[in-house]
Amino acid sequence: MEFIEQLINGLRSGSIFALIAIGYTMVYGIAKMINFAHGDIIMVGAYSLYIFIAKVNLPPVVAVILTMLVCTILGITIEKVAYKPLRKAPSLAVLITAIGVSYLLQSLALLIFKATPIPFSSFIEVPALQIGKITISGITIVTFLVTTVCMILLTLFINRTKIGSAMRAVSEDKQAAQLMGINVNRTISITFAIGSMLAAIAGILFISQYTSLRPTLGTLPGIKAFVAAVFGGIGSIPGAMLGGLLLGVIESLSKAYISTELADAIVFGILVLVLLVKPSGLLGKNRIEKV
Amino acid sequence: MAMLTIKDLDVYYGVIQAIKGISFTVNEGEVIALIGANGAGKTTILHTITGLVAPKHGSIDFEGHNLLKTPAHKIVSLGMAHVPEGRRIFSELTVFENLMMGAYSRKDNAEITKTLTEVYKRFPRLSERKKQIAGTLSGGEQQMLAMGRALMSKPKIMLLDEPSMGLSPLFVSEIFNIIQEISKNGTTVLLVEQNAKKALSIADRAYVLETGKIVLSGDANEMMNNDSIKKAYLGE
Repeated sequence: MEFIEQLINGLRSGSIFALIAIGYTMVYGIAKMINFAHGDIIMVGAYSLYIFIAKVNLPPVVAVILTMLVCTILGITIEKVAYKPLRKAPSLAVLITAIGVSYLLQSLALLIFKATPIPFSSFIEVPALQIGKITISGITIVTFLVTTVCMILLTLFINRTKIGSAMRAVSEDKQAAQLMGINVNRTISITFAIGSMLAAIAGILFISQYTSLRPTLGTLPGIKAFVAAVFGGIGSIPGAMLGGLLLGVIESLSKAYISTELADAIVFGILVLVLLVKPSGLLGKNRIEKV
Repeated sequence: MAMLTIKDLDVYYGVIQAIKGISFTVNEGEVIALIGANGAGKTTILHTITGLVAPKHGSIDFEGHNLLKTPAHKIVSLGMAHVPEGRRIFSELTVFENLMMGAYSRKDNAEITKTLTEVYKRFPRLSERKKQIAGTLSGGEQQMLAMGRALMSKPKIMLLDEPSMGLSPLFVSEIFNIIQEISKNGTTVLLVEQNAKKALSIADRAYVLETGKIVLSGDANEMMNNDSIKKAYLGE
C-alpha cells in the first residue's frame, strides 16, 4: 500500500514538473534556447497568487486567472526585452542573458518581499479520496485533473490548430515558415505566452502543497523540470510530459526506499545514464541540424 | 508590363560581395530562367527578393510594392511564392499540413479547399499520401509537395530554386512539365537552374549569371543556339 501511495506522490510532483518542462521544451523547440528564467516565472506566479488572495482578498478563481495573466505577460515581456534583440547572437549570449533574467527576477522578489519565507495556506479545499487503504489528498486530485486537462488542451492546440501547425513549422525551419507567411516573431511570443501560463499553473499547484514563499522557490523545480525536459528529449512535448512524470516517480520512490538525502543524486544519476544510452533523450529525435 | 523589377542590387555576406549591381525584370506571364554555375548568386537573388536576405543597395519592386520594405512573412500575401532550394518542406508535418501551411496567409476558407482540390488533382501522389509524414516522401515527391505548397497561396509569380536538383531524369522531366503547366495556367515563373538546357527549353527569356553579375541576357531560344552558352553551360 505504501508503494502505491509513494507512486501517487511521485506522479503528483511529476505532473507539476511536466507542466514546467513543457515550457522549457517548447521554447527550446522554437527559439533553440534554454530559458533559465522559466523557473522564476513559477516564483512570480506563487507571489502573485499570494498577493491576490491574502492581500487583495480576491476570490480564488479570479486570483488564479489574474496570476496566469501576470505570468503570461511577464513571459512575453521577457522574450521581447531580453531575448528578441539577441535572435542572431551566439547561443551563449542568450544563455547568459537568460541566467541574468533569472537573477533579476529573484532579486526583485527579494527586494519587494524580503528573504523571510512568507507562510501561505492552500486555498484548494477538496476532500481527500479514500480507496480501500489508500488515501489520495484533495490537492493531489486537483493536481492530476488540472495537469491532465492542460496536457490534453495543449496537445490539441499544437496538433489541430492553425497556430499550432505554424509553431511546429517554425520550430523546424524558420525561413521556410516565413515564406509561408508565418510571422516568426509572433509565433515565438505565443510560445513564451503558453510556456509561462503553464508555469503559472505549476506555480499555483506547487505553492498549494509547499506552504511557504521564498524568492528562490522556483529554482529547484525549475532545474528539475529542465532535467525532465532533457530526460524526455528536449524539443519534444510528449517527451517533457513523460520526463516530468518519470522524474517525479523516481524521486519519490528513491526518497521512500533508498535515501532522502540521495534522492536528487539518484535522479540526476539516472539522467546521466539515459543520456549515455540515448543522447537525444527518451522521445527525442536525432534531428539533423541544417546549416 | 514589368511585374517584378530589380535594380542595381548589391548583396554582401560579411565582406564578400555575392551580388554585384544586378538589374533585371520579369514581365507578367513570362517564364524567366536565371542560369549560371554554382556560386554565381542565383539563390541569393531569390532570397533577397523574398526578404530572407537584406541587400546593401538596390531596389526590388513587385507590382508597385517595395519588397525591401516588406517583412518576409508579408510577401507571400502579395502573390509571390518561393519554392526554396532543397525543397525545405516541413518534414515532421503531414503532407496535408504542409499544403495548408502554404495557404497560411489566406483567409478565404472555402477558396482554400478549392485550391487544395486543384493541387491534389495536379499532384495525385500527394493526394494518395496526404496523411503521410512529409519527411518519408521520396525526393521527387518532396519537390512536388514544395511546389504544391507554393501553389496553395495562389501566387501570381512563383520563384523556383533548383527544382530539378537531386532528382532522377524521369522526375526532372515531370517537374519541368509541371512548371510549363503552371505557367500556362497564368502564373509567372522565375526559375533558377543549374540544368541550363532544361531551363532554356521552357523559358521565354534568360539571364546568365557569373560570380554575381549578369553577363548575358536575351531570348531563351537564341541562347540555346549561342555558341559560347553551348560551350559553357550546355556541355556541347
